[in-house]
Amino acid sequence: MGRVPFGLLQRLAMEKWSLMTITVLLALTVRWTVSLGSYSGAGKPPMYGDYEAQRHWQEVTYNLPIRQWYFNTSDNNLLYWGLDYPPLTAYHSFLCAYVAKLINPDWIALHTSRGYESQSHKLFMRTTVFVADLLIYIPAVILYCCSLKETSTKKKVSSALCILLYPGLILIDHGHFQYNSVSLGFALWGVLCLSYDWDLLGSVAFCLALNYKQMELYHSLPFFCYLLGKCFKKGLKGKGLLLLIKLAGTVVASFAVCWLPFCTDVEQTMQVLRRLFPIDRGLFEDKVANIWCSLSVLIKIKNVVSPQTQLKLSFAVTFLSLLPTCIKLTVQPSLRGFKLALVSCALSFFLFSFQVHEKSILLVSVPVCLIMNEIPFMATWFLLVSTFSMLPLLLKDGLLLAYAVTTLAFLSACVASFAIFEKTSAKDLQLKPFSLSLRGCVSWLKPFPRVVRNLFLLSVTLMGVLSVMSAAVHPPQGFPDLFPVSVSSISCLHFLFFLAYFNVIMLWDSKNSRNQKKVS
Amino acid sequence: QRGRIMAAGGWSWFRALALGVSFLKCLLIPTYHSTDFEVHRNWLAITHNLPLSQWYYEATSEWTLDYPPFFAWFEYALSHIAKYFDPKMLVIENLNYTSPATIFFQRFSVIFTDVLFIYAVRDHGESFLYSFPDSSSDIHFQYNGFLSGLMLLSVARLCQRRYLEGALLFAVLLHFKHIYVYVAPAYGIYLLRSYCFTASNADGSVKWRSFSCLRITLLGLIVCLVSALSLGPFIVLGQLPQVISRLFPFKRGLCHAYWAPNFWALYSAVDKALTVVGLKYNFLDPTKIPKASMTGGLVQEFQHTVLPSVTPLATLICTFISILPSVFCLWFKPQGPRGFLQCLVLCALSSFMFGWHVHEKAILLAILPLSLLSVQRAKDAGIYLILTTTGHFSLFPLLFTAPELPIKILLMLLFSVYSFSSLKSLYRREKPLLNWPETIYLIHLVPLGIFCEIVFPLTPWKLRFPFVPLLLTSVYCAVGIMYVWLKLYVSVLSERTSVRQKAE
Repeated sequence: MGRVPFGLLQRLAMEKWSLMTITVLLALTVRWTVSLGSYSGAGKPPMYGDYEAQRHWQEVTYNLPIRQWYFNTSDNNLLYWGLDYPPLTAYHSFLCAYVAKLINPDWIALHTSRGYESQSHKLFMRTTVFVADLLIYIPAVILYCCSLKETSTKKKVSSALCILLYPGLILIDHGHFQYNSVSLGFALWGVLCLSYDWDLLGSVAFCLALNYKQMELYHSLPFFCYLLGKCFKKGLKGKGLLLLIKLAGTVVASFAVCWLPFCTDVEQTMQVLRRLFPIDRGLFEDKVANIWCSLSVLIKIKNVVSPQTQLKLSFAVTFLSLLPTCIKLTVQPSLRGFKLALVSCALSFFLFSFQVHEKSILLVSVPVCLIMNEIPFMATWFLLVSTFSMLPLLLKDGLLLAYAVTTLAFLSACVASFAIFEKTSAKDLQLKPFSLSLRGCVSWLKPFPRVVRNLFLLSVTLMGVLSVMSAAVHPPQGFPDLFPVSVSSISCLHFLFFLAYFNVIMLWDSKNSRNQKKVS
Repeated sequence: QRGRIMAAGGWSWFRALALGVSFLKCLLIPTYHSTDFEVHRNWLAITHNLPLSQWYYEATSEWTLDYPPFFAWFEYALSHIAKYFDPKMLVIENLNYTSPATIFFQRFSVIFTDVLFIYAVRDHGESFLYSFPDSSSDIHFQYNGFLSGLMLLSVARLCQRRYLEGALLFAVLLHFKHIYVYVAPAYGIYLLRSYCFTASNADGSVKWRSFSCLRITLLGLIVCLVSALSLGPFIVLGQLPQVISRLFPFKRGLCHAYWAPNFWALYSAVDKALTVVGLKYNFLDPTKIPKASMTGGLVQEFQHTVLPSVTPLATLICTFISILPSVFCLWFKPQGPRGFLQCLVLCALSSFMFGWHVHEKAILLAILPLSLLSVQRAKDAGIYLILTTTGHFSLFPLLFTAPELPIKILLMLLFSVYSFSSLKSLYRREKPLLNWPETIYLIHLVPLGIFCEIVFPLTPWKLRFPFVPLLLTSVYCAVGIMYVWLKLYVSVLSERTSVRQKAE
């Protein structure tokens, strides 16, 4: 008996479905092992954290009538984790509460269950996130990867693996405790439907996403511009107008169905809107990798400018930064442009908008995952930075080990699947059209791959060092916030660079798409 | 040759997989840890604090040192690193001491030593993948990884005809964990037949003249040297009987706390069934039946009520008789390394079937070499699939905490999907690997699992009959493993006769 050669492994050529099953099982295993760890606000009275917020919403939605869900009453104290997500979240909490009642009513008893913490309750809550992920997000990812055109089975499976192993979403949903996979999953279903030209289904899916978390508004402009562009292309006199009317009708209908109990009187609707968009809370809270937070290191913006001006300033800057991409998308609607627009619009919103939380970076990360197979190097880099930007939050939740292991695993998976270090040339980064426009700059193209690779390694090393220091070293006396501020400032710089990059690719994409066959 | 293989890109693929499995094990660090954790902590404390003469006498904790001296030395080496993590874990009196640093250190030592396993396996990529569920044993906390690595290395060396290295590695392995004595006959006979007799006759029978005294002396020297290194200090101190009594505790019952799915599980199940029937139809006197339940969770001695009780000697004789045919095959008709592997698997399986106080983890001993065989022939692949699925399923009762339940299910599913689809694609041009009865048997593992893990705990019978899921799991898996054992024997014996017919 001789040694069995490795070539055998490659000749195995297992069918796609079994490889995908293995990928999904692996992703599920990683998710469950992360959920064995700690959650937000564990053992920290009186306010606890997001975990307690979700439990409280189950309590409120199950015990109180719908009319009282968003109002400040004697039974429902809005200062203690009042509902501030749209109705679908409330319905989801109600469903979970219904199941909780069957298992142990103490978990959602009105008033008495505040701060309830136990091993079995944690198991139940983790299961709800797990099931939501399994039913909504994971199928969307798998179907998306299977639908990728002009890619081999190996590439499809690798993309699925890397997307499902993205640490940010796993750590926030299954560690910190949130239900982002529901809204992001619905948005992904929307993208998937649009890629098959099922526009109405796509808009229904996106409306569901929007009605689950209002932060999905970050994605609304690309959806709107893409569909509008499609209508224009079909001709506004005939089919285009019909499509536009149908889309408008679908959107209005979906919203109506979701908001039905709250449409009865204006006061209800206004109160919900007031809870969803707390305009009086200020430009930013806590340390975010946002431009305003980073600028406040140098200039205290909050003191210089009045709240009204702050609001107008942030809106203005946000819209200015995403205008070029949106116009380009409306004029030339292509699927590739759509995905890139999702990334750059969400990133613009994240960097310049009002009251941004660090978890909102997930809204940028998921679209970046979608373009992973086209620009693996940049996508991997961005996803690493996005996970790193949430480090202070993860440290507060006691998720250091999970963070370290999942980030390393993700990096290894990407390096192994896509050989990203070989794909750093200008052509691979899709910067060829851009560099051609800058005539006479061909000479700097030669060392470009090496420079880019070195920048990446430098960036990763910096992030690694800062992670270790945040975890192990105590900050010096005069600067208690040194590490969180450094993390967010460095992440912000990276994000600005990525914003420029994605905008460049999007705007210079035109020359290629006209010459290539229809990509839509 | 290896350069060519690595150039084919297989090496980076393998490295990524090995890294991935290690990462998964890192994520499993905060999971439930069983009593084995306390066992190893205790051994770290014993070897660190006490002189050699006290190692096998120390009995402060109930988990006394019951592995051979090399393992004790291994724990001693680890303890020197442990003192930098948390010195308090090395205090013998700190029974059940668990601090985060302790857990971290112990788990990391397992992950780290598994590196040896990875090294051993890099030439046999497939068997690495098929031994993936050793991760589940990592949750339960044992050092199976590097021990399996040692065994694979020694098997590999024998297959590469580097006999002395293989023998040395096996001797070392034996002194790490004496459970490997189950497969020692295979090694012994194979080395004697294929190494000490340098040539065979034309028809394959023994050529007595070609006996090489030099070779057998070398082998004997190796074995004696290793044994001297390991047991030497204890023989000098006159402690050999004590060491032996610690290593082979025959005072413990026929079955481990959780019945290993072997022949005695079926035997005990039949006995229990006959007891129930006998009581119902008044054949038996209720006052004479002992009250103790066999699977109360602790290790006890137990007497059978209807069928004759089984003594250690009886099991020894049964084991001996059951391995004889395979050993004879190896002697009379050696087929090179493949015959050796077959005999190895059969020895391991037979000892598992009939041994005294067999732990169900011992099934892993048989699965690993069978995985090497499975990539060679379709028939072996089918047998392997049944054995591995049943064997790993029977390990489920070891992990009984609710949070870890999804992990074991997911890992089991992951592994099953992988092994089934990869073997199927490997043999896609031949007929199906499993026939209908076998497929139905395996499929019924799913409802059995659902019943035992989910349905039963919610029924009112849980308090009165807590052992029912364990009993059902053991008996069902025992049927499967017996079937595999018989099928493998039949295939080995029939192969032998067909080869003989070909020669004649």
